[in-house]
Amino acid sequence: MSVRRVMGIETEYGVSAPESPGANPMLLSSQVVNAYAASGTDPRRTRWDFEEENPLRDARGFEVARDHVDPAALTDEDLGLANLILTNGARLYVDHAHPEYSSPEVTNPRDAVLWDKAGEVVMARAARLAGRVPGLSRINLYKNNTDNKGASYGCHENYLMRRSTPFASIVRHLTPFLVTRQVITGAGRVGLGQDGRGHGFQVSSRADFFEVEVGLETTLKRPIINTRDEPHADPERYRRLHVILGDANLAEVATYLKTGMTALVLAMIEDGFLTEDLGLEHAVAELHQVSHDSSLRHLVTLRDGRRLRAVSVQTEYLAQARKYVEDRYGTDADEATRDVLDRWESVLTRLDAEPMSLAGELDWVTKLELLEGYRSRDGLGWDSPRLALVDLQYSDVRPDKGLYQLLAARGRTVRIVEPTEIQAAVDHPPTDTRAYFRGRCMAQYPRDVAAASWDSVIFDLAGQDSLQRVPTLEPLRGTQEHVGALLDRCPTAQELLTALSRP
Amino acid sequence: MATKDTSDAPQGRRDQDEAEVVDQPTPTDIKERQEKLSEDVDAILDEIDDVLEENAEDFVRSFVQKGGQ
Repeated sequence: MSVRRVMGIETEYGVSAPESPGANPMLLSSQVVNAYAASGTDPRRTRWDFEEENPLRDARGFEVARDHVDPAALTDEDLGLANLILTNGARLYVDHAHPEYSSPEVTNPRDAVLWDKAGEVVMARAARLAGRVPGLSRINLYKNNTDNKGASYGCHENYLMRRSTPFASIVRHLTPFLVTRQVITGAGRVGLGQDGRGHGFQVSSRADFFEVEVGLETTLKRPIINTRDEPHADPERYRRLHVILGDANLAEVATYLKTGMTALVLAMIEDGFLTEDLGLEHAVAELHQVSHDSSLRHLVTLRDGRRLRAVSVQTEYLAQARKYVEDRYGTDADEATRDVLDRWESVLTRLDAEPMSLAGELDWVTKLELLEGYRSRDGLGWDSPRLALVDLQYSDVRPDKGLYQLLAARGRTVRIVEPTEIQAAVDHPPTDTRAYFRGRCMAQYPRDVAAASWDSVIFDLAGQDSLQRVPTLEPLRGTQEHVGALLDRCPTAQELLTALSRP
Repeated sequence: MATKDTSDAPQGRRDQDEAEVVDQPTPTDIKERQEKLSEDVDAILDEIDDVLEENAEDFVRSFVQKGGQ
């Protein structure tokens, strides 16, 4: 495989009501999701189908007993919180105390950007609608990772992998990659340490919240490699690698490279192509130190004694990826894969020579340029609340308030996808995964879908005693090619189910 | 779909990136570009001043979240 892989991005947004400090964040999050629901095409308030969810299954091969875990890890107990399945195949719901957008499954980095940016539009619309509900106060949403007071919330990537790949080789080869990729994928942050009490700027908004190398938790003692093994697909064939380390990115190039580079590294791991061990002596400490050094000079120490800059470690992975693609595909390598390799190289070269030239492409550099601008114009120190506000407001989803959105509207960011495509992706699913079937069912039969999940759509038809579950366990089935014509000729859900039950 | 991202890929940008990889900028180029950038940044800061929330200190202090995943 190349950069093509089934993947998705799920993002918990920061939520606040500035005029009602102390408002219950679960309530605010529900109000956001409910406001979007009220405006949409899902009159039935489709429920999430939890049958196939196993958040406590561990990729290392055992299951954790329920009474041994933090209650917050029990995501499959329906808490009655707001939940929506969108016509683009995404899930919009309340996770813990945040509204979350889980993108539909896509097959390549460019589509990952497209449906991730669509999530920003969904959230902006949802917040705007919630603010119009009489009696409710204005609600702001932020695509960031921390309140700078000790709390962090995630932007997780999911990658479908072959079950046969040994987990130990994922840990071995992915850890040094994840620890160093933040020089490209970091969102930037004002404040050092989990509570942000230290004054200064760091590359990643998420790094300080990671405390162990490998583990099952996502809310406490967060691990660099998360072992949750919940494939939402045939478990004999697949695992879903749940990457919880990443920052929530606004910059399209950052999201594009984050998913593209990671997909390439996973392909190399699956194919046993990576032989050189870039294992780090102290991965967690290096994660923090790489983040705390925006000069990019910090040297990480490898287990074999070598000391390398994060950019150099990334250059090693890039060199391997180039060799891998050349070895497997030669000149037949697909355009998407070559584009990821070229951009990865271009970004690394400039991180070396002229990092500030990446403003508009990488979030941390874009943010740092604004912050340094304020520092030199107004003589501000890193403890200035104004700089903290710039950091926060960078991620505000409102087009007229969010600083990233403002820069994008002024043409100061590099686009991977067109704004018109993003608007279309708010309502329409990707055509080449099962999200197509899910999204079209939500658009076409909203009153008949009782519940849905990544791997099923459940119908409740008038006049029928039992619910009818259509399993969608294979992520690459249910595509436009497979079911587009079928859905076109079935105006009702009854007709669809009759057609599906024919041998 | 298999070829979708090829046809939509922003070709112009890619060519530009490749050119930059080949032509390493000289220190003078960098200095000039940085001066140009900082003038540019001042203009955008003026715009940002107009949209920043009032009372930065209170606003930032009141942004309190519960931890998530």
